[in-house]
Amino acid sequence: MDRPAGTLINNYGDDLSAIATKPQWFILICGLILLFVSPTFLNIEQINLINLIGITLISVQGLSLLVGYAGQLSLAQSSFMAVGAYMSAICMNQLHLSFWFAVPIAAVVTGLIGLIFGLPSLRLKGFYLAISTLAAQYIINWVIMHTEKWGAGNDTITVPAPEIFGLKLTSPEQMFYLIVPLAIIATVVVMNIMRTRTGRALIAIRDNEIAAEVMGLNTFKYKLLAFFICSVFAGVAGALYGSLTRGLRPEFFNESLSINYLGMLIIGGVGSNAGTVFGVVFFMLLDWLVTWIMPLVMSIFPAFGPGAAASLSQVIWALVIIGFLLKAPRGLIHVWNRLKAWFRLWPLSY
Amino acid sequence: MTEALGYIINGFLIGGVYALVGLAIVVIYKSSGVFNFATGDFVMWGGFVTFSLLSIFQLPPWIAYPLALVLMGVIGIIINRFIISPMTGGMTGGGSLFAIVLMTIALAYLLRALQLAIWGPVTQVFPPLLPKGVIHLGEIDIAEEYLLYFIIAMIAIGIFSYFFQKTKVGLGMRATSEDTQLARATGIKVKLMFAATWVSALVLSWVAGVLLGSMNNLNPYLYTIGAKGFPVVLLGGMESIVGCIVGGVTIGVAENLGAGYLNQFTGGGIQEVIPFVVMVIILIFKPSGIFGQKKIERV
Repeated sequence: MDRPAGTLINNYGDDLSAIATKPQWFILICGLILLFVSPTFLNIEQINLINLIGITLISVQGLSLLVGYAGQLSLAQSSFMAVGAYMSAICMNQLHLSFWFAVPIAAVVTGLIGLIFGLPSLRLKGFYLAISTLAAQYIINWVIMHTEKWGAGNDTITVPAPEIFGLKLTSPEQMFYLIVPLAIIATVVVMNIMRTRTGRALIAIRDNEIAAEVMGLNTFKYKLLAFFICSVFAGVAGALYGSLTRGLRPEFFNESLSINYLGMLIIGGVGSNAGTVFGVVFFMLLDWLVTWIMPLVMSIFPAFGPGAAASLSQVIWALVIIGFLLKAPRGLIHVWNRLKAWFRLWPLSY
Repeated sequence: MTEALGYIINGFLIGGVYALVGLAIVVIYKSSGVFNFATGDFVMWGGFVTFSLLSIFQLPPWIAYPLALVLMGVIGIIINRFIISPMTGGMTGGGSLFAIVLMTIALAYLLRALQLAIWGPVTQVFPPLLPKGVIHLGEIDIAEEYLLYFIIAMIAIGIFSYFFQKTKVGLGMRATSEDTQLARATGIKVKLMFAATWVSALVLSWVAGVLLGSMNNLNPYLYTIGAKGFPVVLLGGMESIVGCIVGGVTIGVAENLGAGYLNQFTGGGIQEVIPFVVMVIILIFKPSGIFGQKKIERV
């Protein structure tokens, strides 16, 4: 860990601290204040983008814990989100629970379903585990599409707005103040889990499972725990997504969303908390930019059909992933760290 | 009873094509340790490339089919040279698992998007490969072309296994998959072998693409067949060619029986999940599949 001169590590607490120096605290607090006043000067579209980034961040932080730290590849994150979204919608629509009861119930149910699909990880690893989670994706989505009588199904279902002290959160600005704090909490929670015994156990399992087992770790317990936490995060993210859009369609939670989440991890840097944030923000901004640029491209090259325009964003996504995997496999966080190291010594780099 | 027999026979016949798709996955996994998520897209491209040559460029079939085969081979070489080799470093099992999985998925999305850009989101009518007819076997109706497609698929698998087991290139591919370093030391051109692996996978996918295209036309969702390849190879075992055939036929039969008997309870579409349910059960109880090898891991 690079630190400015004069910042000495005197005890283990200092060594583990995520934010070491006063300037870092200053930048962090200023950044947070700026983030929380930003709805006053941003337009509705940009606030919505930030909301979506927040929801995606919650989900991807869970995935980062499972894939990045515990090393268990999962291709089913979006279907766990779907479980959370539909569970909270069912709780609110059918059982008439309030939002504050529905979300924890949805999160726990999603966690339990994640546990079920984490069970194969006892015997499987690598490609096999990835495929079994892919099966989870297909099975869960199919079940959601075929349970009309429980309040899910193929059609759009409406979700009531969350209520806080009698105030209904209907506009994106109001949802902003619900989603963004939760996204920050999710990030901090994952960061702190990784600094505990559990986190170190997960990293040991990722690096060498047999060695971890020989050292006396109950690898199965920790792997299931990782699946549970990952699914709980997905459940919360899904419930928030439902409350934000107020209408759920099963097609949204398809397998390409799961793949996108993995792509965000790769772009940001696998196994890094800050990298996850970088990856999510980079990806969502890129996505937004492409949808914004699309009409422009269409007007310049009218020869391109609508099919070509629709495929443009996919082509860009695929090329970005391939490019990152080949040229910067350790992600944006590594690029950022190298940039920092370069600036620290600049202009006399020797 | 005859109803059940009908489902079983038709499932058996469609299973031949599934076996081809499974084999395209197995050949790559065996030789280069890459689990290919883009197989379905290779199949789709095989169908659409052949369709273009036949219907858009109006080439006669005896030019169009060989030309399509060559084109697919070229695509295979390009993919291996520019996307896969830099990742694996020219080693069997090279590169990190997560990176390779994501790489083949990104490749799949690229192919899918290019397909959309080139041919558009419409179903294309594939010129029929064989005449259509129905064979009556007692009370069971079998589509004549399904039987012929099954035979073609089996012939393709037979030619491939001869190539893989007996010819010099096939032996080289197998040696490379056993131990890349040792193969290199004995004078096998390992780079060429990896190229040959990807070319043969693409050729197998091409056969599957042509067969599926002439069965029920070419739609832009043909790539979903790739997802059915996974249950096939996991059921049969990742290392076995015979396993592919057994897996393909089993999945085909299970799917057809499920569609016939369970759909009345679930309101349709159960055939899409049955392969995956079967797969999860296999993965939990016999992860190495029926004909696969058990792996022993060391620290």
